[in-house]
Amino acid sequence: MAAAFDEMNGLGGDLRPAYQELSRWLKETPADALEYRRQEAELLFRRIGITFAVYGDAEATERLIPFDVIPRIMSASEWTLLEKGLKQRVLALNMFLKDIYHGRDILRANIIPEDLIFQNPVFRPEMNGQDVPHDIYVHIAGIDIIRTDADNFIVLEDNARTPSGVSYMLENREIMMRLFPDLFARHRVAPVERYPDELLSALRSVAPHSAAAEPTVALMTPGVYNSAYYEHSFLADKLGIELVEGRDLIVKNDEVFMRTTEGLKRVDVIYRRVDDDFLDPLTFRPDSALGVPGLMSAYAAGNITLANAVGTGIADDKAIYSYMPDIVKFYLSEEPILKNVQTWRCREPQDLSYVLDNLADLVVKEVHGSGGYGMLIGPAATKATIEAFRDKLKREPEGFIAQPTLALSTCPTCTDKGLAPRHVDLRPFVLTGSDRTTIVPGGLTRVALKEGSLVVNSSQGGGTKDTWILSE
Amino acid sequence: MLSRTAENLFWLARYVERAEYLARTIDATLRVTALPAAYVGKTNEWDSALLTAGVGASFYDHYEEANERNVVEYLSVSAENPSSIRNCIEAARLNSRSVRTALTSEMWDTINSAWIELQAVWSKGTGNREELAKFLRFVQETSLRFDGSAYRTMLRNDAYWFSRLGVHLERADNTARILDVKYHVLLPEEEHVGGPLDYYQWTSILRSVSATTAYHWVYRETLKPWLIADLLILNDTLPRSLASCYSNLVRNLDQIGVAYGRQGPSQRHARGIRNRLEHSHMDDIFQRGVHEFIQEFIADNSRLGEIITKQYLI
Repeated sequence: MAAAFDEMNGLGGDLRPAYQELSRWLKETPADALEYRRQEAELLFRRIGITFAVYGDAEATERLIPFDVIPRIMSASEWTLLEKGLKQRVLALNMFLKDIYHGRDILRANIIPEDLIFQNPVFRPEMNGQDVPHDIYVHIAGIDIIRTDADNFIVLEDNARTPSGVSYMLENREIMMRLFPDLFARHRVAPVERYPDELLSALRSVAPHSAAAEPTVALMTPGVYNSAYYEHSFLADKLGIELVEGRDLIVKNDEVFMRTTEGLKRVDVIYRRVDDDFLDPLTFRPDSALGVPGLMSAYAAGNITLANAVGTGIADDKAIYSYMPDIVKFYLSEEPILKNVQTWRCREPQDLSYVLDNLADLVVKEVHGSGGYGMLIGPAATKATIEAFRDKLKREPEGFIAQPTLALSTCPTCTDKGLAPRHVDLRPFVLTGSDRTTIVPGGLTRVALKEGSLVVNSSQGGGTKDTWILSE
Repeated sequence: MLSRTAENLFWLARYVERAEYLARTIDATLRVTALPAAYVGKTNEWDSALLTAGVGASFYDHYEEANERNVVEYLSVSAENPSSIRNCIEAARLNSRSVRTALTSEMWDTINSAWIELQAVWSKGTGNREELAKFLRFVQETSLRFDGSAYRTMLRNDAYWFSRLGVHLERADNTARILDVKYHVLLPEEEHVGGPLDYYQWTSILRSVSATTAYHWVYRETLKPWLIADLLILNDTLPRSLASCYSNLVRNLDQIGVAYGRQGPSQRHARGIRNRLEHSHMDDIFQRGVHEFIQEFIADNSRLGEIITKQYLI
């Protein structure tokens, strides 16, 4: 593969303006001083307990996500463009969801094939005709952005269910400010610390009509063994709201209450970090002990707001993803600001045959997969893996999409052999409340630490970086 | 606050307190067993250490003999013993993780760093005497740091009070258990037949509740068994005495009652026990039997735990 676009040095090796100070600082800073602070950062993370669990890994149930101390930097003008594109994208996602669960204009206009919606396991018939406050379905979106050159931002994935990672955005910044005050003094970095306040006000703004003037918001977690538990407790703490599990909640007369030391207390908004399937054993999986019996009935009665809404999976499904440019145009009559990655839908015969002929060059993803599990990276895969995937594709073509192997941009990163370029992506978090959409300037930059690797997922050995948006 | 949060805070405090108590027990037993046999008599001190830890029966499911190596292992690093120091620390960390939002960062840091630090001990064992002593000290220091962090950094609201309830309920139980096992060396003057033999037993008891110096300040006397019993049971100024634990339990329960605008069965039950302690004299207790008194106390104390659970924690 040709050399990728580098966030610091562009394509031709010319230092990009946003990185000028950093480059100067790196030249002045001895390698061992950098290494010393890298170790310091790791120690801090471990002490704070910022860990995540890796499923199926009995040895290390709690692991640290490696943190790289070299920040990823963006100029104000780059951010302005990205921000505009993100707002447009999330607005379209919300309008799409409202439409899918109500009038379905987009299906009648033949933009999206019907079976892609109705046969889709993440489509929730329970949501048909159900109104949600202010027509907002996706209150918190995490949009994964990559770039391959200086001019374009490309959406790799929309995360409209329960996107995680924002605690790293906040903690990475805290730790960077502690370890590198000198570097901060030489930049004007836009702060990210107001994220929890913005999140809380977005959540309160969508409280149901039956809520008290001061609505009660709670964060619902599957519990301590969930991979993102740290983040759940971190956010509950920053927001000053209760961190509840299913067993803390009870539904009575279609209202939701939490069990407190002073008796039952009504809850109005649940920021839930529990998947649809596990919300209510009466409606969804009866075997789930995580949920709250009757929650969906309280939801249908309009006495509780769930954020994000139930059924948003239909908007971030990888098969739907390929239609996003059309979705943006359909609802907003605007050209999409953010590009899509070219995507072959294996459900379509001519796409499938192209994919089967070019498996060695493509990335193949499960339509319903996430976290980098169950994907094929053609150029990096063995013959046997490719053949195994070929069988899977033939057996169940509608379960997969394929994309070209993109040269994700790189960013200088600490490695065993000193600073070296490593591939990165970016997940900014888009908050939508009743009166505004907010994006805190920054996001989670994930970095593939292995040389040449394109997989940035933490479950697959990726790390994170602090993301700096410079002020004008 | 969430009932589950209150429950976690309550148990978190209990686990930390228990870990410290176990460390003290091992420490005190090591000292007494280091003495020549002529000074300590024929009792197996390691057996009584097991009894005061409340694991006298389960120990023999895993070991043949109650000797130093086995008992130290079972009480400290054993994963099999549900109330080993190890399992107390593990449970404390798990509880802390569940209620992180209710803890101050200092409290979390104490538990989490200790947990990280002790992983090595769990896998390697406590090692030689020197390493064991270091480990026991570390556990006690962790408890002190945790207690201190709670005291210095927590808001004075229900989270704090539930956490204090856990501390004092557990502490009362621990002190009572020592008395329960050792009551026979703490008989009143006229019945006392022991000689120098018991002197080291008395020191050992005081040491396990860290009250050796306190004794001398309070009584300005050489060690007298009935005074030791008085100190541990009725003396409100000693933080580990039953009387002091109950003053604290009553105060914390009252604070919860005032904050919630409601008193209930746990307030009444705790006040009942406190009143009994306040109006008791050692003479009466000796007359009625120390052993019976202590056993009744242990049952009453554990009943309070159940009542608190029912009233607030579920």
